[in-house]
Amino acid sequence: MEEIANLFGGFALVLQPYNVMLMVIGIVLGVIIGVLPGLGGANGVAILLPLTFSMPPSSAIIMLSCIYWGALFGGAITSILFNIPGEPWSVATTFDGHPMAQKGKAGEALTAAFTSSFVGALFAVVMITLVAPLVAKFALQFGPAEKFSVYFLAFCSFIGMSKEPPTKTLASMMIGFALAAVGIDSVTGQLRLTFGIEELLSGFDFLVAVIGLFGIGEILLTMEEGLSFKGKSAAINPRVVFQTWAELARYWGLSLRSCVIGCWMGITPAGATPASFMSYGIAKRISKRGDKFGTGEIEGVVAPETAAHAAGTSALLPMLALGVPGSPTAAVLLGGLLIWGLQPGPLLFVEQKEFVWGLIASMYLGNVIGLLIVLTMVPVFAAILRVPFSIIAPIILVICAIGAYSVHNNTFDVVMMLVFGVVGYVFKKCNYPLAPLVLAIVLGDKAEESFRQSLLASQGSLGIFFSNWLVGSIMGAGVIALFWSGLARVRDVLRLPAAKKA
Amino acid sequence: MTQGSAETGRAGPSHRSVEIGTAAATAAFAAIVIAGSLKAGMGWGVEGPQAGFLPFYIGLLILAASAVNLARAFLSGRGGKLFAEWGQLRQVLSVVIPSAVYVGLVPVLGIYVSSMLLIGLFMKWLGRYGWALVLAVSVGTPVLAYVTFEIWFLVPLPKGPVEELLHL
Repeated sequence: MEEIANLFGGFALVLQPYNVMLMVIGIVLGVIIGVLPGLGGANGVAILLPLTFSMPPSSAIIMLSCIYWGALFGGAITSILFNIPGEPWSVATTFDGHPMAQKGKAGEALTAAFTSSFVGALFAVVMITLVAPLVAKFALQFGPAEKFSVYFLAFCSFIGMSKEPPTKTLASMMIGFALAAVGIDSVTGQLRLTFGIEELLSGFDFLVAVIGLFGIGEILLTMEEGLSFKGKSAAINPRVVFQTWAELARYWGLSLRSCVIGCWMGITPAGATPASFMSYGIAKRISKRGDKFGTGEIEGVVAPETAAHAAGTSALLPMLALGVPGSPTAAVLLGGLLIWGLQPGPLLFVEQKEFVWGLIASMYLGNVIGLLIVLTMVPVFAAILRVPFSIIAPIILVICAIGAYSVHNNTFDVVMMLVFGVVGYVFKKCNYPLAPLVLAIVLGDKAEESFRQSLLASQGSLGIFFSNWLVGSIMGAGVIALFWSGLARVRDVLRLPAAKKA
Repeated sequence: MTQGSAETGRAGPSHRSVEIGTAAATAAFAAIVIAGSLKAGMGWGVEGPQAGFLPFYIGLLILAASAVNLARAFLSGRGGKLFAEWGQLRQVLSVVIPSAVYVGLVPVLGIYVSSMLLIGLFMKWLGRYGWALVLAVSVGTPVLAYVTFEIWFLVPLPKGPVEELLHL
């Protein structure tokens, strides 16, 4: 097996002392980012991305992906101890995690959460190892029309599957596309949408948008809620860990189901947050103790955490194999690839073997190291949240500003960051989803390029997107995804009379 | 902005009016995009679709989506929930306004001095901490940033007259 040899090559790269050090730094930073309000996986990675410009790409991606794992782990700490989800995907973890902490079982809840995260991530990494090379090989035959159809499918699934109103998702996404179009048109080299403003010549950078929308927006939301953090304290000792592990072994069926849900939701760009809710909901329906969910059931911690991590990890599969990220953080990582001079997409598996397999190997190792770090250092991370928000908030603001500036060494970007922050606050309050906006800024240029190349080949006929079975079926899947929520409603309507009869 | 009051009796802008405002803003954004695309040319040129071709249709889509959002907001009826209470908005503004000043100061004073002022102001004004702690955090954070970014990772950050004086 060629893949196994490659994977071992990746492990050799990751185990170099320098890279192991970066992994530990990345995970510790990631957990801190996950714990702090206003800093999350996506904008944490965005802020630290400029620091990696001088590193070799494989070391850079190892550190940044470890920040991502750390942030995924960190969300659970605040949910369980403080009843504050540090990240949107850990909202479902608060339902049973915090009641467990109130009953004095914080150690068990945290161990269960971390272990489930680990299991979910590991399942997804194994899946990536096996599936990603195949998908990439298949995708190598893609022409511009097929490439566009994959983007089309990704964006349609966003509209059809998000819980926000479809027109709001559409508006948010198209604003992202419009922002991506500002500046020099990559095909004709012509300027557009700049209106003679010099600062707009280079366009909007998605990193600045991410830092503003997620970072500043989140601080404003936290300020509005006027949070005072009152948490349960917890220390984890080895006895609790082993006891909980013994208990968790009994829930292997639940774990497996949550893994599958997570992977599915991660690959289709639904993301970790809906995955965690769906997994929780299904576990509640199926479990024998389902009626006790919400009062501190360990199953209610296992289900969402496993699914969230499986989704968060498998979101990297389409990014690696197709160049289409499944989550905002994956989008930022993809932007990182472009900055380091790597072309994301199927060719990556052929041309940058060392990079790809180094990343995959770091997913295995990063999650093992992450599990050890969070299990041993929970009290330290929990202490960070006890620092009052009036100290944390300005420091986060400064960090965001530094991050936004260092993307292009431009002070105008810092102004844009604040503008994006206010927009992010209002959008979030009005239920406009931010993830599609960010993804559209990242993918806008590439999607437009493949769209125009296809149209050029077909002399402007849209028929090219249905010209063979491959592109046609991907486009068809996109259309189905677009109307998915509508179809589900029709099904419910059809089912209702049948249920009444019975 | 209309002053709707919900059943709770607390005052603040209604959610409906903010929704209407947001939809109007996205529509205005769409108009700008469409105008810009027309200027760049949205037809077919010698090299296929012109630069404004796709942005034009993107603008139309935003406009259509905004129209639906606007209609939905109008139809949602009065007396709905609040967007936020005035007190909460004051909290939000207490971050936005200093940040706006901060962002304006960065090109003039450099990021280090501005950051000291921002953190110091926040801690003294909102947190009411003692001078010792305020000074420690507001000076410590930029110094830490200087060490990590400029010395360790060799990323230059904007500097102002104070740094010039210190020959940094």
